[in-house]
Amino acid sequence: MTAADGMTAAVEIRGVGKRFKRYREKPATLKERLIRFRQTSEEFWALHDVTIDIAQGSTLGLIGPNGSGKTTLLKLIAGILRPTEGTISTRGRIAALLALGAGFHPELTGRENVYLNASILGLSRAETDRLFDAIVEFAELQEFIDTQVKFYSSGMYVRLGFAVAVHVDPAILLVDEVLAVGDIAFQRKCLDKVEAFQREGRTIVFVTHAPDLVMRICDQVVLLDHGRIRAQGPPQQVVRDFRLLMTRTDLAYGAEEGTKEVEIVSADVFGSNGEAREWFEPGDGMVIQLDLKANTPVEGPVVSFAIHDDQNQFVFGTNSDWRGVTWPLFEGKHRVQFVLGGLPMVDGRFYVTLGVHSRDARTVYHTMQQALAFDVVRGPENTGAVNIPVECRSERL
Amino acid sequence: MAAVPTPASELPEVAVHTSEPPRLHPIGRLRELWGVREILGNLVRKEVKVKYTSSVLGALWSLLNPILYLAVFSLVFALVLPNRIPHFAVYLLSGLIAWNLFAATLGLAARSVVDNANLVTKVYFPREILPLASFGAASVDFVLQMVVLLAFMAAIRYPFLGWNLLLLPLSMLALFAFTVAMALWVAALNVRYRDTQHLLNIGLTLWFWLTPVVYPSGFVWNKLLVEHDAPALWNLFLANPMAVIVMGFQRALYVTPQPAGATTPVLPPVSLAWLAMVVGAVAVGSIVLAVLAWRTFFHMSGDFAEEL
Repeated sequence: MTAADGMTAAVEIRGVGKRFKRYREKPATLKERLIRFRQTSEEFWALHDVTIDIAQGSTLGLIGPNGSGKTTLLKLIAGILRPTEGTISTRGRIAALLALGAGFHPELTGRENVYLNASILGLSRAETDRLFDAIVEFAELQEFIDTQVKFYSSGMYVRLGFAVAVHVDPAILLVDEVLAVGDIAFQRKCLDKVEAFQREGRTIVFVTHAPDLVMRICDQVVLLDHGRIRAQGPPQQVVRDFRLLMTRTDLAYGAEEGTKEVEIVSADVFGSNGEAREWFEPGDGMVIQLDLKANTPVEGPVVSFAIHDDQNQFVFGTNSDWRGVTWPLFEGKHRVQFVLGGLPMVDGRFYVTLGVHSRDARTVYHTMQQALAFDVVRGPENTGAVNIPVECRSERL
Repeated sequence: MAAVPTPASELPEVAVHTSEPPRLHPIGRLRELWGVREILGNLVRKEVKVKYTSSVLGALWSLLNPILYLAVFSLVFALVLPNRIPHFAVYLLSGLIAWNLFAATLGLAARSVVDNANLVTKVYFPREILPLASFGAASVDFVLQMVVLLAFMAAIRYPFLGWNLLLLPLSMLALFAFTVAMALWVAALNVRYRDTQHLLNIGLTLWFWLTPVVYPSGFVWNKLLVEHDAPALWNLFLANPMAVIVMGFQRALYVTPQPAGATTPVLPPVSLAWLAMVVGAVAVGSIVLAVLAWRTFFHMSGDFAEEL
């Protein structure tokens, strides 16, 4: 069970594949099974040829688009599902946080559910007795602990579930996007707990959609796509690949409108040297390029762009007019480039909306909502919300 | 908390999952089950608690139910439907308690895995615990009913102390093993075919009337062996393990095959040793059956999370 470099693997995944049967409608009764004998199921591979070593005490992030097999892999490690091929070896007690408060019974009180849930997650009664006050305090439910869980709000339910889960004492902790619950303060607390687990030398496998979190927490990241490993390695590099993958898959649901007197024929983003790029580092230059065609000559059109982030917050926008480019009469084809100096964004996905309209903005010739997307991926040297160019100096005094 | 990772040598055992369906190693698995026995206790407690939730008397109902049962049967058969069986309530209850454990366990067990789908698909724990918890919950009622019946018999000074009582633990062993065997089987089957829980109801009704709970087993013996001289049919009757188990309970508690006042035997007038041997055979057979059912359950349990 020892990896080549002498590190102990807490989890060894060797050539693992998982095949599911997919039913159009699952024939769950004997009659249906007899009628539709051997025809309705189609097979698909949720995971294929996955090999990962997770060193003891390390934190592995699993990222990938929806349906890429992340949760399936977690369930295989936990022993909930059985691999169709390959082997998985695990060392030590596993706690899988696949759903918070799984097994909570609405008719039981918070206290009773804590004991039930804790035992299912592997805590003995004595251990639970010892940890009970800490669990209740963590969940911030002192007043409600003897109330039936059916009277809890969903937030209270989740808090109690998480509180139990983080107090179990696993060697390997599997976390499935559970940190995306609760209010900000509670999320903070959960992250602190995860970091404490790391300091205690526990192995963590972590499924998330948030690249930010991956960069912050993980030592190693695996990018899954359609059940296969797309990339594996240090967070920064894999997150970059992830963004690239997502750019390809979810580009431009751009709604279009306008009179098309002037039409945006094509548009693209480039690096400052004209090279095709889909991701940028903070401070990189960028070129937004539009090819326009006038179907009928128009007077003084204005070409504009706007950048929004993935929360649809308006980040930046400007137009040709303000930048001193005008066309008294716009005829034929033109190529318009906006050359952006250093990008001040630090991290995230951004969408570019493009438009051509009359100077008084009364007539819209052509707009494309979110026509382009690009990603900014921070290096480890940049943290925070915006990029500020920094030079660091030192001199002997 | 220590910041130093545990050395590999001190780490707990390695769990390996492969494409092979899990094979049952009974001894190792029993050890594993023993390690998680607290889940079982908590699940049983949950079942019992949930059953009586929002009721004023709560768990008192577990005790009250058999008492009322006993009162109603004593009254009905003493006054409304007098028959020629002395102490009919004792006869009826001694078999019915055993049957109730069996039927209640199967009813709960059939739904045990399916109803806990949210648990089975999200958390790993030995799945056997679910049908076992059904058995545990039904056992709570079994024990209370037994206590009530014994208290009642003591109160009316029913003479039941004697060698016959040796049949009680043996019959219980057979009952428990057979019930657990069927529970494991029914629970696993219902995951794949939900028809099971519906078939079970009608099946149990049929089975109930094939088992001498309400009608005296002695009548059957009398009809088949004495009146019709058909030992083959009698053997067929005994092929029902529940019939043998119930007769074991009846002999242990009702004691006398043909009490004074009965024109035909209430219990088959076989020797205690012969009955003990038959019940013992059923017990051994049931234990074998339970291990087989456990193996089937274990084998199928690897795919439960997918089937739900």
